Amino acid sequence: MSILVQENTRVLVQGITGDFGARHARLSIEYGSQIVAGVTPGKGGQIFEHNGVKVPIFNTVADAAKQTGATVSAIFVPPPFAADAILECVDADLDLAIAITEGIPVRDMVRAKRAMQGRRTRLIGPNCPGVVTPGRGEKSHGGCRIGIAPGYIHKRGKVGVVSRSGTLTYEAVWQLTCKGHGQSTCVGIGGDPVNGTSHLDVIKLFNEDPETEAIIMIGEIGGNAEVEAARWIKEHCKKPVAGFIAGATAPAGRRMGHAGAVIGGAEDTAAAKIKIFKECGISVAATPSDMADALLRIWKG
Amino acid sequence: MNIHEYQAKELFEKYGVATPKGVAVKASAEYSTALGQINTANGIMVKSQIHAGGRGKGTFTNGFKGGVKFSPNKEKAIENATAMLGNTLVTAQTGAEGRKVQTIYFTEAANLGKRPDGRDDEYYLAILLDRATSRPVIVASTEGGVEIEQVAHATPEKIFKVQVDPAVGLQPFQARQIAFALGFSGDLFKQCVTLVTRLYQLYWDKDCAMVEVNPLLVTKEGQLLALDAKVSFDDNALFRHPDIVALRDLNEEDAKEIEASKYGLSYIALDGNIACLVNGAGLAMSTMDIIQHFGGSPANFLDVGGGATKDQVSAAFKIILGDKNVKGILVNIFGGIMDCNVIATGIVEAVKETGLKLPLVVRLEGNNVQAGKATLAASGLTIVSGDTMADAAQKIVKLVNQK
Repeated sequence: MSILVQENTRVLVQGITGDFGARHARLSIEYGSQIVAGVTPGKGGQIFEHNGVKVPIFNTVADAAKQTGATVSAIFVPPPFAADAILECVDADLDLAIAITEGIPVRDMVRAKRAMQGRRTRLIGPNCPGVVTPGRGEKSHGGCRIGIAPGYIHKRGKVGVVSRSGTLTYEAVWQLTCKGHGQSTCVGIGGDPVNGTSHLDVIKLFNEDPETEAIIMIGEIGGNAEVEAARWIKEHCKKPVAGFIAGATAPAGRRMGHAGAVIGGAEDTAAAKIKIFKECGISVAATPSDMADALLRIWKG
Repeated sequence: MNIHEYQAKELFEKYGVATPKGVAVKASAEYSTALGQINTANGIMVKSQIHAGGRGKGTFTNGFKGGVKFSPNKEKAIENATAMLGNTLVTAQTGAEGRKVQTIYFTEAANLGKRPDGRDDEYYLAILLDRATSRPVIVASTEGGVEIEQVAHATPEKIFKVQVDPAVGLQPFQARQIAFALGFSGDLFKQCVTLVTRLYQLYWDKDCAMVEVNPLLVTKEGQLLALDAKVSFDDNALFRHPDIVALRDLNEEDAKEIEASKYGLSYIALDGNIACLVNGAGLAMSTMDIIQHFGGSPANFLDVGGGATKDQVSAAFKIILGDKNVKGILVNIFGGIMDCNVIATGIVEAVKETGLKLPLVVRLEGNNVQAGKATLAASGLTIVSGDTMADAAQKIVKLVNQK
């Protein structure tokens, strides 16, 4: 198994008729993912076609899910309408909404996250690269690629990867693949202050997943999500974890003002997070080039 | 996006939050008229308007001390304003280069109330996002007029927080909790409940990132007054607030950062001498880190985005080279989806166009990387290739340190 999505997961794409959504829907189809529906209000009835695959477009998420059996949505709609798109997935009781959109107002996300409490749908993102469960074909073809990650850098295997950042995730994945180690699932949780799924949420899923044998957790400065995850790992995680924190050289003045420091406490700098990672038994990568090696120092594959 | 104190106070006034009466001026010819519009009987505060804190304790590059000055009369106010306007103020938050003061704010000096122990009767109030709960939080303290981090560190019990449920908004009982926590009673209690409610409304209506009042003051006359005001906004929400966008002051922003934003590039200037050009924010941040790890010093953060084009690469080079401290450039691209050869072509064109003489190390990885490397090699330019991030960072640090 993998986490969140499998090779046969049926995916709908909100915003499939926009440039960005269309481009990545095509790449997912080429990767062999099951893109079964598109949603663009007002364009219901049209067909999105690529490589001989015909994807029907619906006016609403509820219709798309009902008629195609899609359980997961990839959201590519522009920022002003993205929170609405997320809530439409919640209303349709999808399993998962993956919001790729960058630039959603914080207030919209605060309201959407509150409205999701107690509902079935899990949110990944926003402002994230998405989720990839690599396939077993050549260059991991046949996997489930939702979002904007390059599919071919992956390889099916035993390492779970979770990160806020896109390109830094690709860096870690590529290092693993080049060293012959595949991934169970790679999850980009996004760089926004308000997101649906935290590092800890994903770590818990990897911990329970029989296919995942080891984990790479990539974090950055700001907030205390990585620290929360590290402390949980120390107490509960059965699997070896390697970590990296980006932003050691980021200028402090660019962060939130006075009161933010009160809320954030002293644990949101890179140095503080790295120290806590080490205390929690996480193998810390000294540089981003060292992410796969940091894992391989404590896990033999 | 940040705004000036005087603009924040105009917003406060619109929401019915009391502030000392004031007038902002941009030219010395306006001083007399401005001072005629306010009551100067108790003296005047002359306040430099820049987007940085620590103004009161700052020093001007002309030697004048203090970016915020009490002036007993109009003559002294004009003298102080003259020393500030058009001059550069250096504070703990501006960096050594300081900021040029282009606006002066004259306000009526308030009659500070006193506590039984003789201290000024000053409080702290802020509204912002609590990332841990994804909800707005109101932070209040009886210890105003000082740095709130110090209060949080030394006496955390004096920091009071209320979280707001976004489904229903701020409730009256929560505003009362804050007023009680600050120790108010009688008329001041009512004033505080009203003030908290109105500031929350402002925070929510205008998509603020933060509303901060420090100090919040009780006057001798028993009035609750926002003596200072700091308001910032969520950049992602500016599209629905043209009234707020109109308050933007480009003089307060780095010219290179403004130029970068025109091309969809995210650029932040730093103090070092190795410029970097990277795709993706996380990779850009860690490229800065790895330069430092190998003994160099990054000159900037520059994210060209996930789908960088030739034009963007070219614009990015020009922006980087606008920084005279730059002694070398490191390009680090993980071309997942985008074609490395497109990036390589963009780099070659930009190098030729700008006549670059500085050392340049390029690390390309990903889609069509062999073609990209071939393009760089065939260009006839002295471009050093790095295989991994670590290799590339070590090479550029070595090249720059050799010079």
